[in-house]
Amino acid sequence: MMNLHTFAAALPEMYLAAAICVVLLFEAFVGERRPGSTGTLTLLLLVIGAGLTVQFADVTQRVVLFDGSYVADPLAYVLKLAGFLTVAVGLLYSRTYLQNRDILKGEYYALSLSALLGIFVLISANSLLTVYLGVELLALSVYAMVAFDRESGVAAEAAMKYFVLGSIASGMLLYGMSIVYGLTGTLSLDGIAVALSAPHNLGVILGLTFIVVAVAFKLGAVPFHMWLPDVYDGAPTSVTLFVGTAPKIGYFALALRLLAHGLAGVTVDWAAMLVPLAVLTLIVGNLVAIAQTNIKRMLAYSTIAHVGFIVLGFASGTADGYSAALYYTLVYVLMALGFFGVVILASRKGFEADQLEHYKGLYRRDPLLALAMAMLMFSTAGVPPFVGFWAKLRIIQALWETQHLWLVVIAVLMSVVGAFYYLRVVKLMYFDEAPESLPDTVRSFGVRLALGINAAAVLVLGILPAPLLDLCARVLH
Amino acid sequence: MHDHLLSLLIWLPIAAGIVVLLLGDRNIVAGRWFALAASLVTLALCVPLVHGFSSHTAAMQFVEKAAWIPRFHAEYGLGVDGISMPLVVLTAFMTVPVIIAGWQVITQRPAQYFAAFLIMEGLMNGVFSATDALLFYFFWEAMLIPMFLIIGIWGGPRRVYATIKFFLYTFLGSVFMLAALIYMYLKAGSYSIAAFQALPLTLIEQRWIFAAFLLAFAVKVPMWPVHTWLPDAHVEAPTGGSVILAAIMLKMGGYGFLRFSLPIVPDACRELDGLMITLSLIAIVYIGFVALVQQDMKKLIAYSSIAHMGIVTLGAFLVYAIVASSGTTLDAGMGLDGAMVQMVSHGLISGALFLCVGVLYDRMHSRQIADYGGVVNTMPIFAGFMVLFALANTGLPGTSGFVGEFLVILASFKASFWYSALAALTLILAAGYTLWLVKRVVFGPVANDHVAKLTDLNGREFLILGVLAVAVLLLGVWPEPLLKVMEPSIQHLVAQAAATKIPV
Repeated sequence: MMNLHTFAAALPEMYLAAAICVVLLFEAFVGERRPGSTGTLTLLLLVIGAGLTVQFADVTQRVVLFDGSYVADPLAYVLKLAGFLTVAVGLLYSRTYLQNRDILKGEYYALSLSALLGIFVLISANSLLTVYLGVELLALSVYAMVAFDRESGVAAEAAMKYFVLGSIASGMLLYGMSIVYGLTGTLSLDGIAVALSAPHNLGVILGLTFIVVAVAFKLGAVPFHMWLPDVYDGAPTSVTLFVGTAPKIGYFALALRLLAHGLAGVTVDWAAMLVPLAVLTLIVGNLVAIAQTNIKRMLAYSTIAHVGFIVLGFASGTADGYSAALYYTLVYVLMALGFFGVVILASRKGFEADQLEHYKGLYRRDPLLALAMAMLMFSTAGVPPFVGFWAKLRIIQALWETQHLWLVVIAVLMSVVGAFYYLRVVKLMYFDEAPESLPDTVRSFGVRLALGINAAAVLVLGILPAPLLDLCARVLH
Repeated sequence: MHDHLLSLLIWLPIAAGIVVLLLGDRNIVAGRWFALAASLVTLALCVPLVHGFSSHTAAMQFVEKAAWIPRFHAEYGLGVDGISMPLVVLTAFMTVPVIIAGWQVITQRPAQYFAAFLIMEGLMNGVFSATDALLFYFFWEAMLIPMFLIIGIWGGPRRVYATIKFFLYTFLGSVFMLAALIYMYLKAGSYSIAAFQALPLTLIEQRWIFAAFLLAFAVKVPMWPVHTWLPDAHVEAPTGGSVILAAIMLKMGGYGFLRFSLPIVPDACRELDGLMITLSLIAIVYIGFVALVQQDMKKLIAYSSIAHMGIVTLGAFLVYAIVASSGTTLDAGMGLDGAMVQMVSHGLISGALFLCVGVLYDRMHSRQIADYGGVVNTMPIFAGFMVLFALANTGLPGTSGFVGEFLVILASFKASFWYSALAALTLILAAGYTLWLVKRVVFGPVANDHVAKLTDLNGREFLILGVLAVAVLLLGVWPEPLLKVMEPSIQHLVAQAAATKIPV
């Protein structure tokens, strides 16, 4: 029997779609007169959304809805909850920044929510069409967000690059999907999983190549990473924060649903394609990050390096590897929220703290912000007692389980290279003297409290990693 | 309290460090006293540790176990045996003079300075008392962060270079150990060190794991040729940083060889002991010569540390040669005994020497030997201490330096005449560079106006050097309690090292 109760599992998407309408209407009638009120409403809606998700969408079984094109499972539940929280925290950090740049508009929030809806659709996609729908909904919203600051030429350029390259990737994805559809005659990922069980079929490999390229592009894996530093650098920092966090959850789901589930029968094939991608990504990301003087570009290349680790998790081709990749993704999103939040708080009206040298002597100017950043940097470098260590440990463990000795060696070597540029940020903040001319950091109490909690979470989850590790392993087994 | 003694030794200093951090620079008077009190309480906690320690068993004592990451079979497991207990005591003991030494000297961000050392103390105690490999690694790496900050914030002119080099060197060494630990976990199904020690491993696996351990521990000890971070780190570090670095952190490498390499991969150790002995002898002889030509006091002591740690690694890896030449395991423990005593003794002596240099540096702001001369004329009491510690460093009988070196050289004689001949060079070389240092700095006529204006030790400095002097002499004339405490654990270790783990 189809009734409302059956659809409870899809509540997050339905709620979010309604929320977008509410935000748009609210902006049209109230938001214009009271700038900022839309932001408050959005935050409220996100928190309510998270609450509703916990209440209604916490499924214990795999539920397939809408003629097999939608799936709700414990993994989707966890990812959606993470999505709600990530976007909420991200928007909280961004508020002052948007205000200072006169782009505190209701559309920004509407676009954030529609991007989040795209992420949710990806998370719950169970057919090629749904996957594509999610990819496009997310991508189009984000393109617009990157170009949100109309006055900024750099941002427009970044958005243009992102749009053009992203369209090519979407084309690749569609083409690959069409080949897979031609071979199997079904759009349903469950159906494809059943139909494609023999590896090394030339036709499948052809289709797979396009799909892997598209996934690599979306994740930002080398050599399909070119858009990423430009977008991170060119976009307003609040958008960089957004692009750098929540969509990663969506693209993790993309890789998982499409490759690990739909194309599970040919894991050998795509895993073999992912291995060189991951190695290149790790090496290029880490080495190029060293040469950066702009912190947003440095963090962009660092993102690429981390994507390398996530791809390694997939490349292991086992459930344990996927759970390691999931853990890595969640941990990375938590850390990225924090360090982009610091970049936002260090910026003021008319001043972008986007150069590394702007962090010189940050300790003197704002000890708490510097402490949070230092914790985040050590965590990102993978040093215990912070949570980033466990993320790397899980990936290495998954690689060992599948006998990838050389990947283990490359992964650990590259994490040492990575440590260098994260340490450099700590060095700038703590060991160097502050130049006179830098403006004060943002002192808004609520935001700083949130950032403090964010940084503390990195430490607490590092000392007591068991709950999150358990959760990630549970939802994927 | 006995049930949680080790936890207290770890978390009490860390919690105290956080309190000092929160008190901040504005309440530094209270903060300093609090830090001192915390370090003294931690030291006092060692009394029940030593008192309750049974020297009749090689088993882990004061064991604590709690679930940590059940899914990956890693637990919060603590315990000490005869090898780790003395090192825990050494850590607690050396932190006190470090706190006192920084009392008035550190004016820049003092709260963070004391907090960093207290947190370090807790983490180092964690390294020595972890019985779970993952927990061990957790503390082992976490410790890099406070040390990185100590050198980087309170260090000398080239502190940034030195501290990043220090961090990356040790990080590089450690990550391979992590890879090896995960590999063994997947085979053993548990991260417990005891499970690793019981795990059968083929010779090829053992060789790889040995190499990974070697990278991690050799960098920390440090052994030639991966020692180059140490002189830089020592020269740039503030006095307290140098003391902790030399007295405790280097010991972690030696401890790692004893706790991990020898019992976990005994066959690889047997096969590659020639390599280890060669590297140790190179450290002893070559680095000894390098120390002779140093112009900077701290650098000289840093190189001397490398040479003395060479004695430790030599003693540790003599086991196989002794067994091979004597045919029994009866005497094989002597080298290990020597290595352990040398670790404790070097911790005291090198710490004391760095404190002596710190005393001079605080007054003259120079570490160049050439800037000194005739210090004895203006600082007679200081000169007395400096000469005592210098003689201890050369291994003068009656000081703790003698016991360890003598045991190792004696053991090396049982293994091979040539080993002992080369190892004994350390006595001559150490006498050479240390006494020459003393001659140039302490003795002779007053070299310049600055030296003429020097004032002798104040009460604070006298106290810390005095306590260390007593410890050095006590351990020198009466090493028996230490040897007795270690005895069962060393015998157990010899048995583990002499056994084979290759599955048949």
